[in-house]
Amino acid sequence: MNIDWLNFTPWSSLAGGALIGLAASLFVVANGRIAGISGLIGSLLQRSSEGAGEKALFLLGLLVAPLLWGLFAALPPIEFKSGGVGLIVAGVLVGIGTRYGSGCTSGHGVCGISRLSPRSMVATACFMFSGFLSVFVLRHLLGAWI
Amino acid sequence: MNKLTAFIAGLLFGLGLLLAGMANPSKVLAFLDLAGAWDPSLALVMIGAIGVAIGPLTWARHQSRSLLGKPMQLPTKRELDPRLIGGSLLFGIGWGIAGICPGPAVAILLTGRWQAIVFMLAMLAGMLLFTALETRRNH
Repeated sequence: MNIDWLNFTPWSSLAGGALIGLAASLFVVANGRIAGISGLIGSLLQRSSEGAGEKALFLLGLLVAPLLWGLFAALPPIEFKSGGVGLIVAGVLVGIGTRYGSGCTSGHGVCGISRLSPRSMVATACFMFSGFLSVFVLRHLLGAWI
Repeated sequence: MNKLTAFIAGLLFGLGLLLAGMANPSKVLAFLDLAGAWDPSLALVMIGAIGVAIGPLTWARHQSRSLLGKPMQLPTKRELDPRLIGGSLLFGIGWGIAGICPGPAVAILLTGRWQAIVFMLAMLAGMLLFTALETRRNH
């Protein structure tokens, strides 16, 4: 295994992770809700009225975060590797997969593991495994990003 | 008050994603590329996030109300069913293609990149497809 030391950002990643953890903690301690992004979007899409205001405001905060950041500093790099077809295939898989799997990186990976939920640990192991596999197949077996 | 805390939580979440590097698809893909030049940064994002959240979430498990008096709504399901596993596997395949998961998809939407808009529309379509299939299944 080759570690890419040049692009390794331990401190900003650890600090960013701590902020994510703080945000998830605030949402559960104050609002009694899990900060799971796919679940929040999915429930608004299903027009469930329960807590719709709070859910929408959480997502609004997430949406305007780069605008607030941009007032004080240049945005960090945001580089895409996929073209249009790749983005569409990926988006559909992420959308349907997170709904069937009842969660994503935030709901299962951060909140679920912090709750010591066995379901979330299994879900996280599954999406990490298929994420590694997907990159391996595309990058090293097929030799291309789609 | 609960509206304000929800907004602030979302804002902090987004700032955290940007700072962590999670909002950069090529960095996420470099983390998922074990056989290439591996960038382990995102493992530290998980460690930082869980390290902070584990205390408050453990507290929350033993409460029936939040500090603002709202009902504590934590998932109660316990079964490891095929939907959990199959859905999560599908999600990971998509995550490995573009390097974008739902949180960052929202956080990069207003940064003026066409790719962010295409991904978001496709993700919403995937979620609506799930809702349509579920509605059919329940009839």
